[in-house]
Amino acid sequence: MSIAVQSIVKAFDGHPVLRDVSFDVPGGELVALLGPSGCGKTTLLRIIAGLEHADAGHVLHSGEPVGGKSARDRNVGLVFQHYALFRHMTVEQNVSFALTVRRRPREKVRARVSELLRLVQLEGLERRFPSQLSGGQRQRVALARALATEPSVLLLDEPFGALDARVRKELRTWLRRLHDEIHVTTLFVTHDQEEAFEVADRVVLMDGGRVEQVGTPREVFDEPASPFVMRFLGSVNIFQGRLENGQALFGGIEVPHPAASDRVSPARLYVRPHELVVHHDPVAGSFPAVVLRVTPIGSAVRVELDAPTVENPLSAEVDAERAARLDLEPGDHVWVEPRRLRVFDGDAVDSLTASGL
Amino acid sequence: MPGRSTVHLVDDPAWVRWTLTAVALGFLTLFVVAPTVLVFVEGLKRGWQVYVDALTTPEARDAIRLTLITAAIAVPLNTAFGLAAAWWITRFRWKGKTLVVSLIDLPFGVSPVISGMVTVLLFGAPGLLGPWLQAHDIRIVFALPGIVLATIFVTFPFVARELIPFLETQGTEEEEAAHILGAGGWQIFFRVTLPNIKWSLLYGVILCNARAMGEFGAVSVVSGHIRGETNTVPLYVEILYNEYSFAAAFSVASLLVLLAGVTLAAKKLVEWKARDLRRPETGSAP
Repeated sequence: MSIAVQSIVKAFDGHPVLRDVSFDVPGGELVALLGPSGCGKTTLLRIIAGLEHADAGHVLHSGEPVGGKSARDRNVGLVFQHYALFRHMTVEQNVSFALTVRRRPREKVRARVSELLRLVQLEGLERRFPSQLSGGQRQRVALARALATEPSVLLLDEPFGALDARVRKELRTWLRRLHDEIHVTTLFVTHDQEEAFEVADRVVLMDGGRVEQVGTPREVFDEPASPFVMRFLGSVNIFQGRLENGQALFGGIEVPHPAASDRVSPARLYVRPHELVVHHDPVAGSFPAVVLRVTPIGSAVRVELDAPTVENPLSAEVDAERAARLDLEPGDHVWVEPRRLRVFDGDAVDSLTASGL
Repeated sequence: MPGRSTVHLVDDPAWVRWTLTAVALGFLTLFVVAPTVLVFVEGLKRGWQVYVDALTTPEARDAIRLTLITAAIAVPLNTAFGLAAAWWITRFRWKGKTLVVSLIDLPFGVSPVISGMVTVLLFGAPGLLGPWLQAHDIRIVFALPGIVLATIFVTFPFVARELIPFLETQGTEEEEAAHILGAGGWQIFFRVTLPNIKWSLLYGVILCNARAMGEFGAVSVVSGHIRGETNTVPLYVEILYNEYSFAAAFSVASLLVLLAGVTLAAKKLVEWKARDLRRPETGSAP
């Protein structure tokens, strides 16, 4: 079943939380709602679940508006950030809750519960209370509980937020596999870009109550639609420069740039660290810099640089092999060549920083 | 807190510690232990038979029955009111919340005598609703309904006061989860809310009951002191005392002291249970 969110507006005590939010989740997909805390993503999830009412706009399930339906009639599975397991009930009672309130026959309930516990790999823990489980186990109980009635939509609020790093990684992979197995339309909220990219088919990026971009992880990373997306998804070097006659000018170099066309305007130029190439000798379109620090980060090496023609220190990422060949040391004089520059419309340089040009 | 202050006291010179301990113990003895013991001593002064007789006269039995009936009506009603009020206050966002919370505390703030007088003013013969009630032959003041009403007013805050902070810290997530999982309002209440709040609720009910049975001031104003009809146990004690039947007065009073003992024990038990439940690892004994 697909979900559509159309022009949702929501304010709490006059403070806008969601401003005209629209996007679609096609049936069977696993979509991440990604954004910094306070961007309205949890509120949006609660509106889709039916726990909050939108001030304006619609939520559609399979094309049908569900605004008039209460949460209990929407057949939605929701996993809360802190799981909200029933403390006084055992794992079995928690998982079977949705079935027992619907007065399903006892044998069917028992069969479904053991099926679900097998699915979330918690067999043998039926009689435990939530307080006797680890964080990861609680999370899976919450998931099994939400899946009990075979909901047409599964909503997860920061599903891995309360877990330690190692368990989080395991559960991500596991959730992805689980989704491939049961194929329920899933929307999960997260502030962790890595998590969203690893698990989701598509990502909805939100900031300040608005949708900034929707796309596959590849798309939003390679073709960010706004400065926010650019900054939010990984680190970025920002240069103050100018656009002039089809060229981007900064740091004493000129790079052809299609967005520059024939206008003349100050602009911010965004370059990802891995898009900065470090050379020992000058090449066309490169500017000089001095190596400040070299830090290995897993498979790559991060090089902090200081360039006299650029106001801020910059950071480049060099793959390990090339780094070994370059053999960089702090103090080395090098040349930096940006491979790719991004400029965003309407991202004018504010007067304070522009004065530094 | 106790741990911190002990550490502090240990540092103080011995004479300070001894003086403080002596003062505390002295107060406790003078104001709590001595009166308690005295009640039983006075009650049993003329022997066990007199004690038992004092408790089994028809008047005493009527007083005990009236007190039990009053509590049996007031406590369940206040449990329901308290639950509803606490639910309403903690589960919904609305303006004027703080005002309502202060209003709930009002019975704690005013003298019980005033509570009684308000009841008389509202329902008594010269009162606001008096003529109408008289015309329909409904007796409230100087009868059981008046006593129950006064008791309800005085004991109203106990349950709500106990539940509001508890419900507030607990949050609404479990109830929301139950709602999404398809539970209706009553199912949510009986399967999720009630099991979670039961110890707090019981604690409030115990305190409410103790006060309902022991209330003197408010009930005194509305009862009219009709023997065998509108005398509760505390009122009966006063009558006996005023009539110089000291042994009988103390015998009946000892019932209230016993009630206090039972209340304290029950309260302690509930506190233990509740603390046990709040521990991260349940099932482990304290």
